[in-house]
Amino acid sequence: MVDKPQHITDVSGTGVPIYGDDIDTDQILPARFMKEVTFDNMADYLFYDARRDDGEFNDHPLNRFAGANVAVVNKNFGMGSSREHAPQAMMRWGIDAVVGESYAEIFRDNCKSLGIPAATADHETVTEIQEWIEANPDEDIHIDVEAETVTYGDTTVDVEIDGAMQQALVEGIWDTTSLMYSNMSKVEETVADLPYIEAE
Amino acid sequence: MSSGTLYDKVWDKHKVTELPNGQDQLFIGLHLVHEVTSPQAFGMLRERDIDVAYPGRTFATTDHIAPTEEAKRKRPLEDDQAEKMLDALDTNTAENGITFFDFESGRQGITHVVAPELGLTQPGMTVACGDSHTATHGAFGSIGVGVGTSQIRDILATGSIAAEKQKVRRIEVEGSLNEGVYAKDIILKIIQELGVDGGVGHVYEYGGPAIEELGMEGRLAVCNMSIEGGARAGYINPDETTYDYLKGREYVPEGEEFEQLKEYWESIASDADAEYDDVVTIDVDDMDPMVTWGINPGQVVEISEPVPAPEDFETETDQEAAQQALDHMDIEPGQSMLGYDIDVAFLGTCTNGRVSDFRRAAEILEGHTIDDGVRALAVPGSETVRRQCEAEGIDETFIEAGFQWRRAGCSMCLAMNDDSLEGDEAAASSSNRNFIGRQGSKDGRTVLMSPVMVAAAAVEGEITDVRRFYDDRADALTAEDVSEVAD
Repeated sequence: MVDKPQHITDVSGTGVPIYGDDIDTDQILPARFMKEVTFDNMADYLFYDARRDDGEFNDHPLNRFAGANVAVVNKNFGMGSSREHAPQAMMRWGIDAVVGESYAEIFRDNCKSLGIPAATADHETVTEIQEWIEANPDEDIHIDVEAETVTYGDTTVDVEIDGAMQQALVEGIWDTTSLMYSNMSKVEETVADLPYIEAE
Repeated sequence: MSSGTLYDKVWDKHKVTELPNGQDQLFIGLHLVHEVTSPQAFGMLRERDIDVAYPGRTFATTDHIAPTEEAKRKRPLEDDQAEKMLDALDTNTAENGITFFDFESGRQGITHVVAPELGLTQPGMTVACGDSHTATHGAFGSIGVGVGTSQIRDILATGSIAAEKQKVRRIEVEGSLNEGVYAKDIILKIIQELGVDGGVGHVYEYGGPAIEELGMEGRLAVCNMSIEGGARAGYINPDETTYDYLKGREYVPEGEEFEQLKEYWESIASDADAEYDDVVTIDVDDMDPMVTWGINPGQVVEISEPVPAPEDFETETDQEAAQQALDHMDIEPGQSMLGYDIDVAFLGTCTNGRVSDFRRAAEILEGHTIDDGVRALAVPGSETVRRQCEAEGIDETFIEAGFQWRRAGCSMCLAMNDDSLEGDEAAASSSNRNFIGRQGSKDGRTVLMSPVMVAAAAVEGEITDVRRFYDDRADALTAEDVSEVAD
């Protein structure tokens, strides 16, 4: 596993714009690369097909902006499959945070599970940040998870981070297994009240 | 905020507690596990030295990597990576006391086909699986959610997920279906109208006369593709159709216990005065069969409609997306999808791999042979479906027509086994996603449609109006009719 701090209050690093609405998880991590029983090698497969023409690296942003920490994406990013392989590949490639217009639900949930803040902003703001990255590939973008802002160059803009995600990241409670494991007696109470389990 | 809906009631019933981050801890009544997304989760559990909390509520099968050719279903599998995944599932289920429907069990198949047909999925349950098409189970009036691997770990460890309640959109489907038009066409119509991200933040409650008339298998097809509409889950209130289907299934109790459960099932249906966050009406009266023309399920037309032009879309990004789709599919705006050449016909998947799908397709194939240039695969969604089809002689119809009759699995839906598109092959497919690269080749082209439309396309070697096959009706559409519409 990639080591991450428990409390994720802010993320800084250079950016990579990934353009297009409705980018699906089959593009982010093609299914044929899921035939591994660990996530260890997933970075190698990130946007595997889109990044290559006839086997050669093309000018896909992930080829042009190697080393970036912040992905800036458009609308409905991560739609399709529930595969955690997709955000795992992004994280292992080096992405620590995503800013975008919107996300597919499961993709955003998976980001939360991995401690990756996924912030949203309107189309104009996202476009401006993408343009800024193109002009300033070596400069840092700063995401303040607590204040819900993104700073690039001299500009600071408000973004939104889903309430539960923000609180989980800032308070260091995004590891939901430990969080829920402490409630097992309550789980048993819930189960006791379910007719379909009593009936067994 | 919704109230009095099935979603509200099932949620409340399964809510364990509110978590410090504001999410709810929700108990999962049925956890389905397959080989691709679970080994990492079992690994995480082992690292933490935690046991599976509810092994009796957990069921496993193998689907994504399952070879569908008879000769290739011997262990160890020829594909080392696939064998490793299956081996991990063998070990993980055995060590934790989880029932595994493996190849030897006779019940192996796609999770979303197996659980309903065995009666594992019942109304008023929460169902989760590391697969986005878990939405399928909503057909019974359950809440089915697809989850990632870390959430699989959560469920294994605690029987629960951390989740936020979504808004509920009621989709009222009015009208009745024309001959040759099925459940698959209804859900494609809904996605055409509401978009691939229309459901973000929502679950969909499907209702209205056209939904109530559907049998369980049609309802499963509708709910299955909720995720393609961006909704996390989709469901249909349970009714007599649901209860009749459940009666006598392997995991459904009988006699008095059945009656007691039925009381619960009836109680969780949405109230007549339930409040929804949103209500949408979709009319399917007089609708024609649907086919996709692009690279996501929202890029879809009735077969009578011409392929749109980029300038038909409002925003610049939608225009670019349309252009990309036209380029990838190698079609022109205004063109009809009728007559679009296909190389492969694929019938199966968690959307349309059920007995009724094969029955209807067989009616089309009867007395016909598929086009010379077409490679055609019939892949039952489960071994139970396969046996039933074989008992009815449906396999013979498929084989005589020129289809390959296979064993159960996900197959060419996402091509994690040996079944794959090659190069820029075009497929008429009963699956659920036409994303670039989805069927195993980055240049491959997928056209989504109903099972009968796949059978008709296989025979003609091109996309055709299936209604031509019903007593050779003269009113079936041709490409010329559609270009007249375009003019």
